[in-house]
Amino acid sequence: MTDAIPTQQKPIPVTVLTGYLGAGKTTLLNRILSENHGKKYAVIVNEFGEIGIDNDLIVESDEEIYEMNNGCVCCTVRGDLIRVVEGLMRRPGRFDGIIVETTGLADPVPVAQTFFMDDDVRAKTELDAVVALVDAKHLPLRLKDSREAEDQIAFADVVLINKTDLVTPEELAQIEDIVHAINPSARVYKTSRSGVDLARVLDQGAFNLERALENDPHFLDHDHDDHVCGPDCDHDHDHDHHHHDHDHDHHHHGAMSPIHDVTVQSVSLRGGEMNPERFFPWIQKITQTQGPNILRLKGIIAFKDDPERYVVQGVHMIIEGDHQRPWKDGEKHETRLVFIGRELDHEKLEASFKACEAAA
Amino acid sequence: MPTVAPFDLDGHILAVEFLGDTPFFANAAGTIHRLDGGEKVTEAHQGMLSCIRDPYSGSLISGGEDGKVLRIGADAGVTELANAPRKWISQLAAGPQGAVAYSYGKSALVRLADGTTKEFTEERTVEGLAFAPKGMRIAAARYNGVSMHWVGTAAKPVDLEWKGAHTGVTFSPDGNFLVTTMQENALHGWKLDSKAGAEARHMRMTGYPAKVKSLSWSAKGKWLASSGAPAAIVWPFQGKDGPMGKAPLELGTRANIMATSVKFHPVEDILAIGFIDGMILAVRIADSKEALLRRPGKGAITSMSWSKNGKLLAFASEAGDCGVVDIAA
Repeated sequence: MTDAIPTQQKPIPVTVLTGYLGAGKTTLLNRILSENHGKKYAVIVNEFGEIGIDNDLIVESDEEIYEMNNGCVCCTVRGDLIRVVEGLMRRPGRFDGIIVETTGLADPVPVAQTFFMDDDVRAKTELDAVVALVDAKHLPLRLKDSREAEDQIAFADVVLINKTDLVTPEELAQIEDIVHAINPSARVYKTSRSGVDLARVLDQGAFNLERALENDPHFLDHDHDDHVCGPDCDHDHDHDHHHHDHDHDHHHHGAMSPIHDVTVQSVSLRGGEMNPERFFPWIQKITQTQGPNILRLKGIIAFKDDPERYVVQGVHMIIEGDHQRPWKDGEKHETRLVFIGRELDHEKLEASFKACEAAA
Repeated sequence: MPTVAPFDLDGHILAVEFLGDTPFFANAAGTIHRLDGGEKVTEAHQGMLSCIRDPYSGSLISGGEDGKVLRIGADAGVTELANAPRKWISQLAAGPQGAVAYSYGKSALVRLADGTTKEFTEERTVEGLAFAPKGMRIAAARYNGVSMHWVGTAAKPVDLEWKGAHTGVTFSPDGNFLVTTMQENALHGWKLDSKAGAEARHMRMTGYPAKVKSLSWSAKGKWLASSGAPAAIVWPFQGKDGPMGKAPLELGTRANIMATSVKFHPVEDILAIGFIDGMILAVRIADSKEALLRRPGKGAITSMSWSKNGKLLAFASEAGDCGVVDIAA
């Protein structure tokens, strides 16, 4: 029987590109489509608009949000993507990856959830990373007049602060601060004219639990080289939970930057070895009851008497987890979890998290 | 014992249909391959998304990534019916008097034989199209229900509402029922013959472990077969209330191998069931007796078609390993 089962194709990576109108998405797309990087991408856009490149792998698609009939308001998927991906995947040999460009005002969540909730899409593709472009000049204004700009940053794995040439170093430092306050676990790059190394954007494996950790051993430490904090920024971010009382003494900011229009917060939890019989019901309950407020959730879990690290990722109410690799000799068996969302009760989360510790 | 004549093609074959005694295979790459005293190939689209048989004219209708809607005759002659540059044409339906329906975005379009086109705009994307068996009437499946339009008149559409995303639509052969496939693992049905003004009656057909991609009505419309489970799920429609309150038959059950395509025999109550591993069974409704028509192959069965007399069954696979089963041999 085994030889009758079709050999599994490697899932095609999907990059989701978000960002406000004018943030530089089209410039970045044009670079991806025209530069000589040896790979071909199918691009799903909302409008052909200004993509000046004739490519039969650019597909126009109307954003079509489906609410799932399971009574959960945050369980939304993009119906149009399901159909377009199905069509594209009938001829997968044509491209190495798929890029989904969202409209400026789009909520990135339904796009991402499509890659978790639709069985057909899930069988053939894999969400690679959510990349948010931020216009350095206009971000403060955007944050004032919309929630989407903030959501896009909060949800991203990679944030490109673009148009850095249009702002002063002080302004740029403030933008970095805001981005970091909204999303402490994203990798942040500063660019002008979307001039980022494409290797930092494509094929990141940020949603693949194992690869996210392989590629980024400091996942959840966020103190790696290319992070805005810089290699010499060694203070402990994990104690920064309320951005409102953001108390980093970042050397490159000089003054404290007041961040008014940010409603997203992150909660970082750190603990010892967990009791799985308490941890799993806890995380299930948290995601069920607070799912609508949780944009992203990432964690590395140490379970008592478990020789392997366990990693979890979540989007609203969807949560996935798997063993990643054996703990290394001498590696501290420690649990770390980061929630990014709104109206998160840090103390309650912390207390209930601590109650899951095996030693508790 | 049935014999299988294999027909190996390159690529994902999305549909197969008999025109006369010749099977036509539609390749997602855009070509039509027919077995007519040897393989013959017709270039149709730059990427094909859909291909159906027009039961009224005995031709094929196809839609592509190139925005074209084509009619392909039994002689493989190609006629362009419509061209919507850069739109993907993935939904098609063939109607009476040469009418053809297609859609892109929120528009359902009906092209009449004289070349005129009527456009019906929905509030959400059109996901499925079907012509009613009687009269020039088109159903467009969309989010939260189905809109039914009379093509020839300016009458208001009849909206059938049911919460959720409806991804495909079919009328029962007698026109008394309308059934949709949904994004959820379910079918939804409406009884259409209720008195004017009375509310349409709903049928919920749920319990599938996967999305339903393939539906087929039996010759006399007594049964509706569906994929979406490791068996064909066959709903009884012989009573005036359809399957309401009745359990479906489960035919050709296999442990955990999903049925991906179903097709009723044109005369008998016999169902061909294609599976994700390429196996094909024929099952008689009366006694659930099974016959193996094809052993597992390289890929999932995407489509099947019976010849008019029901002696040949052509099948298409997503891995390209297609063929024709001779039942009588």
